[in-house]
Amino acid sequence: MSVIAEILVSFFLVVSGIFGLVGSFGLLKLPETLQRLHAPTKATTLGVGGVLIASMLYFLLIKGSFSMHELLITLFLFLTAPITANFIAKTYMVRSLRAKDLPETGRDYGWAIYDDPPGEGTNR
Amino acid sequence: MIQVALGFAFLCYGLGLLFNLWRIVKGPDSADRILALDTMVINVIALLILYGIHKGTAMYYEASMLVAMVGFVSTVAYCRFVLRGDIIE
Repeated sequence: MSVIAEILVSFFLVVSGIFGLVGSFGLLKLPETLQRLHAPTKATTLGVGGVLIASMLYFLLIKGSFSMHELLITLFLFLTAPITANFIAKTYMVRSLRAKDLPETGRDYGWAIYDDPPGEGTNR
Repeated sequence: MIQVALGFAFLCYGLGLLFNLWRIVKGPDSADRILALDTMVINVIALLILYGIHKGTAMYYEASMLVAMVGFVSTVAYCRFVLRGDIIE
């Protein structure tokens, strides 16, 4: 039982290490900013998820104590990763893309970061 | 066996931190730098949890939780500063 637990924990640790390394290497290697946004937001979150699963299994199977903290951290990361990715993409669009380079939205209003929001007057 | 796997994971995340630092130095746009800082925060969370496994104590979850919260808030604040020129309007 203990050997199986050790193999399981080691497997998750190695897999998460590889995922974390791939995420950071993609951040270094991919040629354009929006492509670079793709690598860490997916792979590093999966890597941290693997580390958290490994630590949960380690404390459950080897130390014999179960804790919910890891699930809290996983939940928090999975909630915040899309928000930060959205904000970083917006930052890049504001600084580097013009509104005429982008396709039409197909609605009455344009892209939210270039046009004022619909409604009376502006928000500023 | 767990110690070897832990060493491998430490090595991977440390190397990842170096890659992120290189992207911060090089990054042509400020979005790249913000993204690299966010990835650094995530790698530091993973390193803290790995250190907790290494020491065999559950004390480092609170630290990594705090790092996760502060990292999220700082990333959003940085992005808003670049987007709007102000953090709280």
